Amino acid sequence: MLTTRIIPCLDVHRGRVVRGQQFSADKDAGDPIELAVRYNEQSADELVYYDITASAEERGIFQDLVERTADQLFIPLTVGGGIRTAQDMRRMLMAGADKVSINTAAVENPDLINDGAEGFGSQCTVLSMDVKRVPQADGSIKWHVFTHGGRRQTEGEAVPWAVEGVARGAGEIVVNSIDADGTLAGYDLELLAAVCAAVDVPVIASGGGGTLEHLFDALDKGHAHAVLAASIFHYEHFTVREVKEYLAAKGIPMRLN
Amino acid sequence: MIAIIDYGAGNLRSVSRAVALYTPDFVVTQDPADVERAAAVILPGVGAAGDTIRGLERHGMTEVVQETIASGKPYFGICMGLQVLLTESEEDGGTPCLDIYPGVVRRFPKGLTVPHMGWNQVRQTQEHPMFAGIPDDAYFYFVHSYYTDPEDTALTAGATDYGVTFPSVIAQENVFATQFHPEKSAGMGLRLYENFVAWATGARPGVARGVRVGP
Repeated sequence: MLTTRIIPCLDVHRGRVVRGQQFSADKDAGDPIELAVRYNEQSADELVYYDITASAEERGIFQDLVERTADQLFIPLTVGGGIRTAQDMRRMLMAGADKVSINTAAVENPDLINDGAEGFGSQCTVLSMDVKRVPQADGSIKWHVFTHGGRRQTEGEAVPWAVEGVARGAGEIVVNSIDADGTLAGYDLELLAAVCAAVDVPVIASGGGGTLEHLFDALDKGHAHAVLAASIFHYEHFTVREVKEYLAAKGIPMRLN
Repeated sequence: MIAIIDYGAGNLRSVSRAVALYTPDFVVTQDPADVERAAAVILPGVGAAGDTIRGLERHGMTEVVQETIASGKPYFGICMGLQVLLTESEEDGGTPCLDIYPGVVRRFPKGLTVPHMGWNQVRQTQEHPMFAGIPDDAYFYFVHSYYTDPEDTALTAGATDYGVTFPSVIAQENVFATQFHPEKSAGMGLRLYENFVAWATGARPGVARGVRVGP
């Protein structure tokens, strides 16, 4: 049986892991490779490195980190952050990443999704979206897509954007709820369920997994195919294994060995 | 020497690093002559069937792959390295493949989440030295939208369920080919590389030097 994936996400700044809190980097949470190895030993199903670095020089540090990680770890590695062009995607894949996640650049230039899918394959082209509930004049709520690390609101809405992304060739969708990010208040379950109902590729829940119940809800009520989480693991609130054992006991198929 | 065929489809870093854990005697090559000289061959692959076949043709690798399989040299196919062995693939509007095993590579039926992505179990349906040290129903990492449907069901050495039951391992004589990615499957996947190196070098499986690789 296909198991549900638990994916630790490491936000990386100048070669170190940091903890994101409402999208502003703060506390140092350790050495990425040390953490990656530990998560692998705990049966993490994949890993994500998210580069929150700004300068071109620091991008070199990130690429070097991806190479060193891929040389030591034999589970899938997704990288994201700062990917602007097909050339950026190629560079990360050649460094050893298995998938590349694109976000702001895909909103600004949706053809980048097609370029990734046609050039490297849908299986390594991940569309990640930052989404926030925005109250409308008529009192209703819409899920707007935000760019630039959640700072800039776009007119685009999450569900149609996910559908378009898949039509353009994205092989996986990451839904990151800004309302919940880093605050550990839980995933946006309605949003997840709406995206999952609209597309036929795997959907990964991201942002706001603070408790074991949150993770379970994202899979059970949100229907996500995988959950991505950061701080719940970094500070050892729970190990990956504890999370997986909990979810397995609740009936979610998990790889435990 | 083990030849890892590089037909330009992307990064073979993980495959070569996995092999390097167990032997220094390998080459990642775009040269058919290296493949002819090799004692054993690995054909990895990601991406689409059309690109794979075109990439093999461009590098003059189609015939040498067929010769490898006919020669009796150990052959380890991974993902596309499995799919290309059949007659044709439904991918890219129909792609003729190497036709070593009659059969079709089919798209997963509608209604399933595709790609089939993540860790799934492999039920061993043949005994095989490549399975040494790997328990039945062990988990491996899959990412694919098409699956092989060979006419000869006796080719199946491992079966996996995802909406349909499909061969996740095909094995016959010197050929062992997996739909999943052993180089992305942590300890169990590395065990396959270890076993292949043992097979390729005539050593007993399971005696290559121990490496700490996690679960």
